[in-house]
Amino acid sequence: MKLRLSLLALACAGILSCGKDEAPSGSTSAADSKPAEPAKPAEEPKVLNVLNWSDYIAEDTIANFEKETGIDVTYDVFDSNEVLEAKLMTGNSGYDVVVPSLTFLARQIQAGVFMPLDKSKLPNYANLDPQIQALIAQNDKGNTYSANYMWGTTGIAYNVDKVKERLGEAAPVDDLKIFFEPDLVSKFTDCGVYVLDTPSEILPMVLDYLGEEPNSFDPAVIQKAVDRMLLIRPHITQFHSSQVIDALANGDACLALAWSGDVIQAANRAKEAGKGVQVGYAIPKQGAPVWFDMLAIPKDAAHPNNAHVFIDYILRPDVTANIQNYVSYASGNAKAKELIDPAILNDPRVYPSPEVQATLYNLAVIPPEVDRIFNRAWTTIKTSQ
Amino acid sequence: MSALTGGWRRFLPAPRWALISVPYFWLLLFFLIPFLIALKISFAKAAIAMPPFTDVLYWVDGFPVLKLRGENYLFLLGDSIYLNAYLSSLWIAVVATLLCLAIGYPMAYAISRLPASSRNFALLLVILPSWTSFLIRIYAWIGILKPNGLVNNFLLNLGLIDAPIKMLHTPFAVYIGIVYAYLPFMVLPLYTNLVKHDHRLLEAAADLGAKPWQSFLKVTLPLSKAGIIAGCMLVAIPVVGEFVIPEMLGGPDTLMIGRVLWQEFFNNRDWPVASAVAMAMLAILIVPIVIFHRAQAREMEGKLT
Repeated sequence: MKLRLSLLALACAGILSCGKDEAPSGSTSAADSKPAEPAKPAEEPKVLNVLNWSDYIAEDTIANFEKETGIDVTYDVFDSNEVLEAKLMTGNSGYDVVVPSLTFLARQIQAGVFMPLDKSKLPNYANLDPQIQALIAQNDKGNTYSANYMWGTTGIAYNVDKVKERLGEAAPVDDLKIFFEPDLVSKFTDCGVYVLDTPSEILPMVLDYLGEEPNSFDPAVIQKAVDRMLLIRPHITQFHSSQVIDALANGDACLALAWSGDVIQAANRAKEAGKGVQVGYAIPKQGAPVWFDMLAIPKDAAHPNNAHVFIDYILRPDVTANIQNYVSYASGNAKAKELIDPAILNDPRVYPSPEVQATLYNLAVIPPEVDRIFNRAWTTIKTSQ
Repeated sequence: MSALTGGWRRFLPAPRWALISVPYFWLLLFFLIPFLIALKISFAKAAIAMPPFTDVLYWVDGFPVLKLRGENYLFLLGDSIYLNAYLSSLWIAVVATLLCLAIGYPMAYAISRLPASSRNFALLLVILPSWTSFLIRIYAWIGILKPNGLVNNFLLNLGLIDAPIKMLHTPFAVYIGIVYAYLPFMVLPLYTNLVKHDHRLLEAAADLGAKPWQSFLKVTLPLSKAGIIAGCMLVAIPVVGEFVIPEMLGGPDTLMIGRVLWQEFFNNRDWPVASAVAMAMLAILIVPIVIFHRAQAREMEGKLT
């Protein structure tokens, strides 16, 4: 017995130490990275810690990067701008590259979280679309601190057959009323209604539907959004930002407010699974929030040179195009467009037509005191009290 | 065991305080210092900065200025959500503790009555689950309770139900998770108490005409009071601040103070209010701890006289 126990302990120790060798924080660092030839002479150790959104990169991007540069990447994921900001504001997050959305990035710049990008180390920065760069410059002056990774919209995801079965052929899937009118959304109580767990995107959508200014900071106006959400609250199954892809793909969710690319990924997964689940995405006719996710380097990053190498690698047209083919989001990379799968490039859900683009609205940078109102409202909605 | 301590003593000729200071050093390093940091932050104001709050102590013309703001505590009083969260956490803790007691007492009693040779094996079975990660065990409950999980599929296959019962993301699931996770903390102190009972007392009670249930109520139960109190405290106190179980098994409407604390910290990014919530939670928890301490002290006195 004693011998067996000590053997067990040895085995445990072995597992622990192996785990330590491979991935410092139990993440998906590619284990098969060979000691490749050094790409650039740098004094930094050849490691890099990246924190990106979940389901937001091609399967082979990190492995390819490691093969090409010899830099060992620890790749972690998150699913909430709020939580990312809490980590960044604490300082010493340990990450070299992070991907906040633009409106959150703006606040973090103000708090002094990031270092300016050294454009001389980013020859591929020139690939970015000047039009989108100009838009981004409204929040990141002079495009100093960030480079666009992807952009997308927040809209309506639906299970094609279930919606048809409950609301008929002419179901208003491109109209927010399917979500915010109790008599319509109640038809889906039993088959799953998911909402992104982020007040910063959902509350503006409710206000937009109610005909208010989506980015209103007036507590009385925000209260209207709360009242409306409480009306439909009994029909909402789950508030979650990263479970929604799976839930849509395996039929656990019939209706969701979700991010464009996530829904298209869910549709692809459902097709692969072959269980007959069909997932659709629509940008509501009332308009939808458009957001930009930005690559940035924290000021206290331990490996800023490697971080620049990584960002430049991502900005390479073939790399961006490869990621886009996998995640089905639009990017601000103009050169990548020639290399993207035409099915994605011509998909109006990914790259909306100019008419639809005119209906999209930007989200505002939320000041801290409004933040508190938003989050308190969100707690009221989630707990119904 | 005594041989072991004797051996130790040979290597540690240092006076007793060297040994005694270890737990105090531990408390100082991992309790008192973090507590003081949190207390300090609770008197600051949130700001867009790194770290995201204002200084409490700063220097003006070479003089230190201490600026304590009580507004975070007033804020807690001004919004009913905090009080509701505290109350609902306490309620969940009380119910879960009673459930643990109802299940744990018979278990501990049965184990203490086993022949000495098999007692350790039975105790091992109680402790064994905690050899795997707490998080993984709670995840396992998701697999058991979810709509197309083990329980529902089993009942569906038997034909007992037509549609899956909604168990995950309900208060029911939270109670299952808490009782499951904290049961050993109830069983172990009860066992250590019950196993020391003198059987001759029960025999004497029987000789004097007491029925088994009477001797249980009049002899065993009063004698095990200390074990009951210790077990209840060990379960109730950590459950009040529980975050993982309500987050994973509860629905979005399961309101507990641990979750409110998380929201203050990660969603509002308001460290000062989060710290104030934590301080208030500590104050609420200290009350039962003091009661426990008093009861224990009285017990000791009773034994001495």
